[in-house]
Amino acid sequence: MTWEIVIGLETHVQLSTNSKLFSRASTSFGAEPNTNVNLVDCGLPGVLPTINKEAFYKAIRFGLAINATINQTSHFDRKNYFYPDLPKGYQITQMDRPIIKGGKIEIEVEGIKKIVNITRAHLEEDAGKSIHDVEPNYTLIDLNRAGTPLLEIVSEPEISSAKEAVAYMKALHQLITFLEVSDGNMSQGSMRCDANVSIRKLGDKKLGTRTEIKNINSFRFIEKAINFEVKRQINTLESGKKIVQETRLYDANKDETRPMRTKEFANDYRYFPEPDLLPVVITDEEISKIKNNFPELPSEKRVRYLSELKLSENDAEILSATKPLSTAFENIIEMGHDPVLAAKWLVGDVSALLNKSQTDLENSNLTIDMIGELLANIEDNTISGKIAKEVLEECYLTGKSPNSIIESKGLKQITDSSELQAILKNIVDSNPEQVTQFRAGKDRIFGYFVGQAMKETKGKGNPELINKILKELLVK
Amino acid sequence: MQHKTVSELHDLLVSKTITPTELVNESLKLAKKYSSLNCFNFIDEERALTKAKTSLFDPSNPLSCIPVAHKDLFCIKGMQTTCSSKILDGYLPPFTATVVQNLDKVGCITIAKTNMDEFAMGSSNETSYFGNVHNPWLKNHVPGGSSGGAAASVSSGIVPLATGTDTGGSIRQPAALCNLTGLKPTYGRISRWGMIAFASSLDQAGPIAHTAKDCAIALDAMTGHDCKDTTSLAMGPTKAFNSIEVFSKDKTLGIVKEFSDQLSHDMEKAFQESINTYKQLGYKIKEISLPNIKYSVPTYYVIAPAECSSNLSRFDGVRFGLRSKDVKNLEELYINSRSEGFGNEVKRRILIGTYVLSAGYYDAYYKKAQQVRRLITSEFKNAFEQCDLILTPTSPGTAFAFDSKGSKDPTELYLEDLFTIAANLAGIPAISVPQKFVNGLPSGHQLIAPHLHEESILQTAHHFQLNTDWHLRTPQMEEFA
Repeated sequence: MTWEIVIGLETHVQLSTNSKLFSRASTSFGAEPNTNVNLVDCGLPGVLPTINKEAFYKAIRFGLAINATINQTSHFDRKNYFYPDLPKGYQITQMDRPIIKGGKIEIEVEGIKKIVNITRAHLEEDAGKSIHDVEPNYTLIDLNRAGTPLLEIVSEPEISSAKEAVAYMKALHQLITFLEVSDGNMSQGSMRCDANVSIRKLGDKKLGTRTEIKNINSFRFIEKAINFEVKRQINTLESGKKIVQETRLYDANKDETRPMRTKEFANDYRYFPEPDLLPVVITDEEISKIKNNFPELPSEKRVRYLSELKLSENDAEILSATKPLSTAFENIIEMGHDPVLAAKWLVGDVSALLNKSQTDLENSNLTIDMIGELLANIEDNTISGKIAKEVLEECYLTGKSPNSIIESKGLKQITDSSELQAILKNIVDSNPEQVTQFRAGKDRIFGYFVGQAMKETKGKGNPELINKILKELLVK
Repeated sequence: MQHKTVSELHDLLVSKTITPTELVNESLKLAKKYSSLNCFNFIDEERALTKAKTSLFDPSNPLSCIPVAHKDLFCIKGMQTTCSSKILDGYLPPFTATVVQNLDKVGCITIAKTNMDEFAMGSSNETSYFGNVHNPWLKNHVPGGSSGGAAASVSSGIVPLATGTDTGGSIRQPAALCNLTGLKPTYGRISRWGMIAFASSLDQAGPIAHTAKDCAIALDAMTGHDCKDTTSLAMGPTKAFNSIEVFSKDKTLGIVKEFSDQLSHDMEKAFQESINTYKQLGYKIKEISLPNIKYSVPTYYVIAPAECSSNLSRFDGVRFGLRSKDVKNLEELYINSRSEGFGNEVKRRILIGTYVLSAGYYDAYYKKAQQVRRLITSEFKNAFEQCDLILTPTSPGTAFAFDSKGSKDPTELYLEDLFTIAANLAGIPAISVPQKFVNGLPSGHQLIAPHLHEESILQTAHHFQLNTDWHLRTPQMEEFA
């Protein structure tokens, strides 16, 4: 039997605002437990939420980028349920009138492009964290995360494979990072998704019973979780059983999904309009202000890198694909370095080093300043490209600056022509046989002399000068 | 000093007949003398005396050094705040409500926190975890509710002014039952920051005092925009005191057709006398119709419980308040803490609220109630095209004996708010004014105004009080000393 897979994704994106959605407490990651918490986040009796407009502006920026409708009047609702890390006993979210409606996201899988329609995106507050494994007889609560603004982006059930789901998440990730609405840090939970998965016989109109896989926080797990779940559903149906509508959890260690709760035990969230907050009205002026300060998107960057900065097709593609790399690139050329040279190094040696140890610029010893300094040394001929590779690797390993490495290891290029003249004359004089061959028309022998020169100067001879002087000596 | 109004006490302070410390001492002495009234949950003698001693009397400020009592749902930093509930017994808030701060700023001296119905749910003050409050006019009779302690504390003359909150009549009904003037301002006039919520879309703080003039003085100090409450109106404090003497006799008072036949013969007579007084003062009286006002009680008892069921979820035994001991798991922690901590009326309303918001019932109850609420609001708008203010009785009867109402059928007690609830649903201001006594007990009438027209009802009530003396009567109190 051929089965069709139907997937809809609900993605939670943590917005990178300085303060929380309904309070002025900080949202910084990694603070001591319960330090980024104020009266409102604790849900003390008598407190009231206030609105952080910055979260709205970021949500609207996302909405504009996907061509969605912006609801200029939106309101909040309460979702009621008890949980120890949910201080008020309800979550403030947007049910009836979300800030964003509709919109489209383009994905590409194996060269085939597809549009995934967005149903809605709404603002809501995150809950705190329950810590079960520190105190043996207690669950500890950390409310630092409570009240952090989230944008929940809901796709239509139009995704038809695990690969498409990953492509969708990657497209979303690229968008939110370039739009600077989120840091997109998946390991810190800044982007996580719930996948609604069902299958139906190919050609069937009616959707099959779906299950929801909760809280998947990496591209790899999305693919694995969906593939597992699809296989499980196919096996279930093909063995004559029925799919139970339920919430499941993906266990990465066992690579399987497990039931969390079935529909019968599902909460009745008793949504109703949040009476503590008035509807939020966004003016035309506010929207035009957001439009006027719109960040450059990857596709626009690619075109600019190609046409204005004259990068190669490949370099432009790579440098415009991820936010950290394009930011690094743009910061470096802002320092006044040659774009083509900067691109060559970032895409080439820098990326190679980072890939080798599966890290990124932010988490490595390398800094943008180091790369800039390295380029400066190449640009003014202090070192050759070959030496630069060595220096870069040293920087990467030790965190020392290029200048100090060049200095301490004496790697400066020999650019003094009289000094080179003497060395090269010596080489020519002590290799009469090769000189004769060269003069007899065997051009290839020129490389032998260059090699000898590099050996003699320990790679520090300026290649252009060597070429020039060698030619003069040999042609004579 | 007992039974003096804010204005009278201010004059005594100005003339140095009395010092702030003497005034506060007197107030504290009375509080002790009449402790059997049970109108206070907590008396803060030390803090009150310290403030009295260190305060500089400001003759330009009518509330300077005036002792006040706050309903025990206003958070005061470091002072026990309980909502008269076991679940918050001993709870010390780490911050102070904006209303209290505003009154502190103009020099008011907090004497005590007043008893109330648990979480402001009740009309007789009988749901308090800390016991019933006696009506100073008659022992073993209710002072009304939910701001029953507040009304009793002013009526008994212990303080000249108390804060209350009014979700469905909780300021106006006790004011009527205790012979006081009580104002529920326009929704949003007074910040709700630090005021522990019952039903967020209906709750509004307000003053309870002897006279409309004192209410105006207090209102001016209590109002003003607060950025900590997004539902607070973006406008400055009222200036009701300055305009209190500016009354226009050209006003038309609307009498609600649908409210006729709702009163006993004696109550009707008292209300008719108020109507006649207004007529004699030159006001026009006109019958108006609010066809759907008959649905205001059921509408209220859907919306208010719905909101409270959610508002009270935070009392879960996790972060503050009562936590049940010896629980085996999380579910037991919730169930036991809340079962032990909340009283019956609060539980009843949480259950009603949970029910009306449940899947499958939401449209039939909550949504329908919101539609009726909008209908009632628009009917008021239409009515105010035919009249300036609406005149109604405040409550269907006078103070009743403890345990006499609602013990078998709670809805019997819900009807206490028959005349007051609609103003909360519409978010408009209303005041209760003392009128002719009925069988020796106080009764009141209510003036309702359009949005933001507090000044108009205060002027009219003041005008009434300049020409009547019901509000000047004070209880004997011998049984309580």
